[in-house]
Amino acid sequence: MLKIENLHARVEGKDILKGLTLTVNPGEVHAIMGPNGAGKSTLGNVLSGREGYEVTEGSVVFNGIDLLALEPEERAAAGVFLAFQYPVEIPGVNNTYFLRAALNAQRKQRGEPELDSMQFLKLVREKLKIMQISDELLHRAVNEGFSGGEKKRNEIFQMAVLEPKLAILDETDSGLDIDALKQVAQGVNALRSSERGFLVITHYQRLLDYIEPDFVHVLADGRIVESGDKTLALKLEAQGYAWVADKDPALTGASA
Amino acid sequence: MSQAQATPFVDSLLQAAAQTPLPSSGIDWLDTARRENLDAFAASGLPDTRVEAWKYTALRALGQRRFVLGDAQAAARAVDAAVFALPGVDGPALVFVNGVFRADLSCLDTLPAGLTLSPLSQALQGDAEPLRFALSRHYREGGDAFARLNAALAGDGVVLRVAAGAKVVAPVHLVFVGAPAEDDIAWHVRHVIELGEEAALSLVEHHVAVGKHQHLGTQVADIVLRKGARLTHVTLQDAGEGSTLVRHDSVQLDAQAQASLYVLELGGSLVRHDLHATLAGDQSRLETRGVFALDGRQHVDTQMAIRHQALNTASDSVWRGVADGRSRGVIRGAIVVAPGADGSDASLSSKNLLLSGQAEIDTKPELEIYADEVKAAHGATVGQLDERSLFYLRSRGIPLAEARSMLTAAFCRAVFESLPNAALREHIDHRLMEHLPSA
Repeated sequence: MLKIENLHARVEGKDILKGLTLTVNPGEVHAIMGPNGAGKSTLGNVLSGREGYEVTEGSVVFNGIDLLALEPEERAAAGVFLAFQYPVEIPGVNNTYFLRAALNAQRKQRGEPELDSMQFLKLVREKLKIMQISDELLHRAVNEGFSGGEKKRNEIFQMAVLEPKLAILDETDSGLDIDALKQVAQGVNALRSSERGFLVITHYQRLLDYIEPDFVHVLADGRIVESGDKTLALKLEAQGYAWVADKDPALTGASA
Repeated sequence: MSQAQATPFVDSLLQAAAQTPLPSSGIDWLDTARRENLDAFAASGLPDTRVEAWKYTALRALGQRRFVLGDAQAAARAVDAAVFALPGVDGPALVFVNGVFRADLSCLDTLPAGLTLSPLSQALQGDAEPLRFALSRHYREGGDAFARLNAALAGDGVVLRVAAGAKVVAPVHLVFVGAPAEDDIAWHVRHVIELGEEAALSLVEHHVAVGKHQHLGTQVADIVLRKGARLTHVTLQDAGEGSTLVRHDSVQLDAQAQASLYVLELGGSLVRHDLHATLAGDQSRLETRGVFALDGRQHVDTQMAIRHQALNTASDSVWRGVADGRSRGVIRGAIVVAPGADGSDASLSSKNLLLSGQAEIDTKPELEIYADEVKAAHGATVGQLDERSLFYLRSRGIPLAEARSMLTAAFCRAVFESLPNAALREHIDHRLMEHLPSA
C-alpha cells in the first residue's frame, strides 16, 4: 500500500531524511521509534505534504500513485491521515462543521456523493462510540480550549469519521497522562482493520504497550537502522537509543 | 480661490445646484442652512490628503469626475424587492432608490405603537421645529466637505422617533438602492433619529444595488438616545460595484443609554464612513462591531471617533478587516476621555488580514485621556492567514481555496456573535462566506 524508497528530504537547507526505505501493507501497524532529531516527525510531515519540506531523492508510492506529486488535500482524499503531534486550534470554525466540510471535500474529490447534515449526524453518532468525545467538544471551535488529551482524542475521532487507508500518528502519546493515553490507544485499536495501515511515530515504548505493533523500526539520522517485531521496542526501552549509534556508521563518524 | 474649487466634481455639483435648486422648503432657517453649507462647500472643495482625517483616502480621482444631481427617473426604476429582503428583518421599511423615496417599495402601513417614521420630505411639511437643531448644523472643518454637501443638497432622508418608553422590537429596515441610470448621479440623504427616554429600537441600514453603476451617495445621520434608551443598529453595506458611498453618523448617548452598532462593509468602490459617538450621559455604553472585506481595487475608510464625557461610561469596539487583490482598508479609532469623565472604560481592538501582497490596510488606534481612574486598552494588528491552520484544514481534505475562505470567515465571525437577531446573524455569516475571496 505504502512504499517509501530511499527517501531524502531537507528542511531549511538541512538534510533530515537520508535514504529511508519502508513498506507498509494493509492491516499492518508499523512503529517508528528513534531519538530526538532522527527525522520521525519529518517523515509524517513529508508524507502528508506540509510545505517547507523538500524531497531531494527517492520516491513514495501509495496504492500505485506518486504521493509526493499530490497536494495535501489530494493526499487526504487518497486516504492518508496525519494525527498531529500538536493539533492546531482554529477559533471561529465549528468542530462539526469542519469535519463535515472535510469529509464532503474528500468524497467530492473521490467522485462520491456528499453527505447531507442528517446522514453526517448519523455517522458522527456511530463514530462517537469508538472515541468518547462529549457533544460539547463537537460544538466548540476546532481544538479551541481543548485539553491535551481532548485534542488527541479529537484527532482520533476525526480519523474514525474520515476512515483513511493509511493513518500516521505523530507522537500521539506526547503530553498525555496514562489514562488519556489508554483512551487514545483504545480508539486507535478500534480502528485497526485488515484494510488499514498504521504508521505510529513515537519516542517512547509506552504507547506500544497499548497499540501493539506488527513491526518496529528504529530511525536514526534519517534512515531506518534496525527493524524487528515488538520486542525491539522493549529492547529500546531497556537500553535506550545509545546502542543504535553503533548500528549507524554516520553516527559514529565513520562516514565523516 | 483655492485649487480645489476648480475640479470638475465641484463644478458639476455647483452648476447642478444652481440650475435645479432644491425647491424652497418654506422654512427660513433650513433654506439658510442649506445655502450656507453650499457656500462653505464651494469655498473649501474636497479635502486633500494633507487633511489628517483624509490622510489615507485620496479624492483626486473623484475630484475629476462629474455628477448629475439627483435622479429624475428614480420613481420609474425597476427594483425587485427581493434584492433587499433580509431574514429576521420584517418590520417597517423605508426604501430609497438613488436617494429618492419610493412609497411603492416601502412598508409603513402598520407602525408599532410609539414609532414615528417618515421620509424627511414629508416630515418637513409638518412641524419642522424638532428637526431644527440637527438640520441647521454647520460643519466647520474642511474635512467635512461631504457633510456640507449633504446639508446643502439633501432633500430627503429618514425621520424616525421612538416615543419615551416604547420598545420597537421588529427591526426597522432602511434601504438605499443604487440603480443604473443614464448619468453618474450624486444623491444625498439626511436622517434624524431619536429614541426617547427608556425607548428601544432595532434598526437595519441596508445599502444595495440592482446593477452596476458609478453613483455617489452621501448620507448624514444624527442619532440621539435619551436617558436609558437602547439601540441596536446594523449596517449592511452591500453597495454597487463601482459606486462611491460616504456616510457620516453622529451618535449621542444620554445617561444610561446603550447603543450597539454593527457594520459590515462589503460593497462599493470608494467608501468612507465617519462614526462619531459621544457618551454624553453618566453610565452610557457604546458597543461597536465592524468588519470590512475588500477585494479588487476597493477602498474603504472607517473613521471612528468616540468621546467619553460623562462619569462611568464604557465603549467597546471590535473591528476586523480583510483585504485581497489591490484593495485598501483604513480603520482609525480615536478615543477621547474628556476631563472629568472619571471611571471611563474604553477598549478598541482592530485586527486585520492581508490576503494579497498588493493589498494594504492602515489601522490607527488613538487614545487621548484627560480624566482619572480610566481603564483603556487598544490593540491593532495586521497579519496573514496562519500557515499551520491552513495546513491542518488541507491535511483533512479541504482544498486550499475553501480552507482560506473558511479561516477568513472565522477571523471575522466573532464580531457579530453578540448580535441578538439570530436569523440576521446567520444571514450576515452566509453573506460574508459568499463574499470572501476563495482563491
